[in-house]
Amino acid sequence: MVNSRRSFIKISALGASGIALTPLAFSSINESTLSENLLAEGTKNLKRTATYCEVCFWKCAAWAYTDEEGNVKKLVGNENDPHCNGRLCPRGTGGVGMYNDKDRLKTPLIRKTIDGKETFVEASWDEALDLVASKFKGIKKKYGAESLGLLKHGCPGAHFNHLFRSFGSETDAEPAYAQCRGPRETGFALTFGSWVGSPEPTDIRDTKCLVLIGSHIGENMHNSQIQEMSDAIDNGATIITVDPRLSTAASKSDYWLPIKPSTDIALLLAWMHVLIYEDIYDKDYVERYGLGFDELKEHVKDFTPEWAYGITTIKPDQIRKTARAMGAASPAVIIHPGRHVVWYGDDTQRARAMAILNGLLGSWGRRGGFYFKEKIKIPDFPHPPYPEPKWGWKELAAKYPLADMGITTELIRASIPNKDNKYQIKAWMVAGTNLIQSIPDTKLLLEAIDALEFLVVIDTMPMDITGYADVILPECTYLERCDILRSATNREPSIALRVAATTPKYNTKPGSWIAREIGLRLGLDEYYNYENLKEVIEWQLEQLGSSLEEMKKIGVKKFPRKSGSMYITEGEHHEFGTQSGKVEFYSAELEELGFDPMPVYKSHDHPEQGFYRLNYGRSPMHTFSRTINNPNLNDLMDENKLWVNPKVARIEGLKNEQEVWLENQDGVISEFPIKVRVTERIRWDSVYMYHGFGQHNKKLSRAYGKGACDTQLITKISTDPIMGGSAMRGNFVKFITNNPHKDIEV
Amino acid sequence: MRYAMVIDTLKCVGCSDCVVACQTENNVPIGYCRDWITESVSGTYPTLELELKSERCNHCSSAPCVRCCPTGASHIVEGGIVKVTANECIGCGACIESCPYDARYQHPEGHVDKCTFCHHRLEKGQLPACVSVCPTKCMYFGDLDDPTSEVSQLLKSRKHKVLAPEAGTKPNVYYLIK
Repeated sequence: MVNSRRSFIKISALGASGIALTPLAFSSINESTLSENLLAEGTKNLKRTATYCEVCFWKCAAWAYTDEEGNVKKLVGNENDPHCNGRLCPRGTGGVGMYNDKDRLKTPLIRKTIDGKETFVEASWDEALDLVASKFKGIKKKYGAESLGLLKHGCPGAHFNHLFRSFGSETDAEPAYAQCRGPRETGFALTFGSWVGSPEPTDIRDTKCLVLIGSHIGENMHNSQIQEMSDAIDNGATIITVDPRLSTAASKSDYWLPIKPSTDIALLLAWMHVLIYEDIYDKDYVERYGLGFDELKEHVKDFTPEWAYGITTIKPDQIRKTARAMGAASPAVIIHPGRHVVWYGDDTQRARAMAILNGLLGSWGRRGGFYFKEKIKIPDFPHPPYPEPKWGWKELAAKYPLADMGITTELIRASIPNKDNKYQIKAWMVAGTNLIQSIPDTKLLLEAIDALEFLVVIDTMPMDITGYADVILPECTYLERCDILRSATNREPSIALRVAATTPKYNTKPGSWIAREIGLRLGLDEYYNYENLKEVIEWQLEQLGSSLEEMKKIGVKKFPRKSGSMYITEGEHHEFGTQSGKVEFYSAELEELGFDPMPVYKSHDHPEQGFYRLNYGRSPMHTFSRTINNPNLNDLMDENKLWVNPKVARIEGLKNEQEVWLENQDGVISEFPIKVRVTERIRWDSVYMYHGFGQHNKKLSRAYGKGACDTQLITKISTDPIMGGSAMRGNFVKFITNNPHKDIEV
Repeated sequence: MRYAMVIDTLKCVGCSDCVVACQTENNVPIGYCRDWITESVSGTYPTLELELKSERCNHCSSAPCVRCCPTGASHIVEGGIVKVTANECIGCGACIESCPYDARYQHPEGHVDKCTFCHHRLEKGQLPACVSVCPTKCMYFGDLDDPTSEVSQLLKSRKHKVLAPEAGTKPNVYYLIK
């Protein structure tokens, strides 16, 4: 065992100085609500406050209902919000649990060594913030501000991004890019000259044909998309789902293509072949807006359904039938770009293939396909220009020519001291992301964490990552804070307000306050030329022709479109955002960079005898690993299970509900067991589990040790050479039925 | 008036939003629920059918729970809603045993609890919490005595079923099927 400088501290294991015994000086909350439950049914006077959800990235606008004592009782969607249309998803509705969770971080904590043992000690905000500021100043003096790395997600990320830019660091990244949707943004940008963005501009409500490739709408609860998929079902749209698992969406589909994992590009090429050689593509669109169609036609000449059958196991007549269904629906057809698309390392090329199909079907910029989105630019509160850093995320990601955002794994590599490192990161701030579950290759991550001179983590919960921090700053939940205005792309632009529905529980603070307090301690006063975020929002709303008073009453404000029609009009001259201004079937840009100008199918590894491909995905009740401990959502699903095909169960001698441990191809064994769920819904060459479970921190009383952690078993990463995505679907596991940890338990 | 709920199994994704919305609307304690999701799979890979649906008290027109209640705590109100008056309930559990849908549970405070179709919301002209929250809009609620209501129209035009029809309880929750 390597002796680690930074040992993981399980916060619950604290002695007398631990938070367990903290008098809750700042808490005025009555924790016993049981007896009032009886009386409460619809009788209490509840006050409503405008907010938007922070349980996932969809950020649905909502009303938080609080009682006279300030307890948040329920959350209801804002009817005027295009993200939710008055209906929150289970996680949004269950957001109250985030506020009520008694396991929350309650006060700032500082890592100290007491009697030779590392532990967390409670600190005042002044003490903790002074320490963070002095460490930041020290790093800047010694190595430059660029050596401070920011890993972030969600609203807190925005506040700390401003802090970092003001201090001279642009060394940032978020798992949402390289570990999630990055490849599709690059693939679609190369083809149509525009990112897909979030929420996706898919015109599902008006589509005649929706094609999902590994995208499991209904298990991912991306709210307005679920709602529109229902509309599409009502309207009789054809749904085609490609998935090795009978996902919920697959069960609602007219065609379910149970593909052999990792062979999607072959299917996509065969679909192109059928569309082109059966002459059922959108000829007018392709001629008017396309570039490189002839090359594409030649390229896919031999990629017949018969060719693809041998690779994908999808029967040729199924491939033809589904291609014809798309052709018949064109242009009101959507090959959905998906969201978590880092699968096999050639993901940008797969996204390109999906974009090209959309191009052939003429669906980009067409009703029932993809609409042209629009958003409102929220004006920046005036501040001096940011200092120009000498290096940042761009330099770190330089080996991936089309990386458009920071690559987390490169930040991680640059944090491990190495004489070849041109750029060296020395400290991290982690805000709102649990890296232990969001970043694969745990060994590399922990090596980087161990080498850091300083790590500060900001979160609402004692997530696994907090155990490695030097300082933990407890943020209050979204229901207890004012935040930045939400502006997101949609059919019509809108903004949404989040103000505090109640006062922060415990000794927690909003991210905006934390960032500003650190900023002032770093002498960045001119970048924080305001007292609090409310002042900023008031100014921004005034610029936008609204006011805080108005927004408090309505929560969401829509604005008229300024960029013209949502769709290309018949015969219109349209300039796409690509280098050529055309829909690029053939990408000269990729060719110049040394990549395939058109997607090519390449074989990936398949599991050896006795091993099964580890697939993972979302459950509708949880978001990432952050909601597993939420009492309301944990009540719906408190552990994940391992989906195993009945044939596999018979061969391996596994029974329903039996606990197994998993060992991957690199000999990594799951820390916790997972119960087997024998089901026909999964292929015989794969197993499946929901992501986010198997958490390591005992302080998460409901989540600790429940189910297995997929991230821990993902140690083999293929990196997308085009944009730097970390592909995670090439890991294989076998079953262990006897507790492999029983001899080494301490 | 006869209140009924119609649930479209072709749209339900089994997300459990109805369960959480009911919990927060009706202060159902964590660990208990008035509605829940069931999943049934039939067939062999890859020829499979999956049905997901949200279940709850069926507010039966011939309700065994009301008949067997020794104190009259279980009773039927306007529109056919089956309710329990908590302070008249002695927690004997006879109703729990009699229900073919397992729709009732013993509240930690002693009395029996169950779905009320959100009676308090109906009185304010609102839909039940589960119906109004459902992101798939798969739940419909209304009056079956009114032939023009959405629920009547759906049952007229779509194939449907009820649960445990053999129990003879005349349930008022219907499921639209393929």
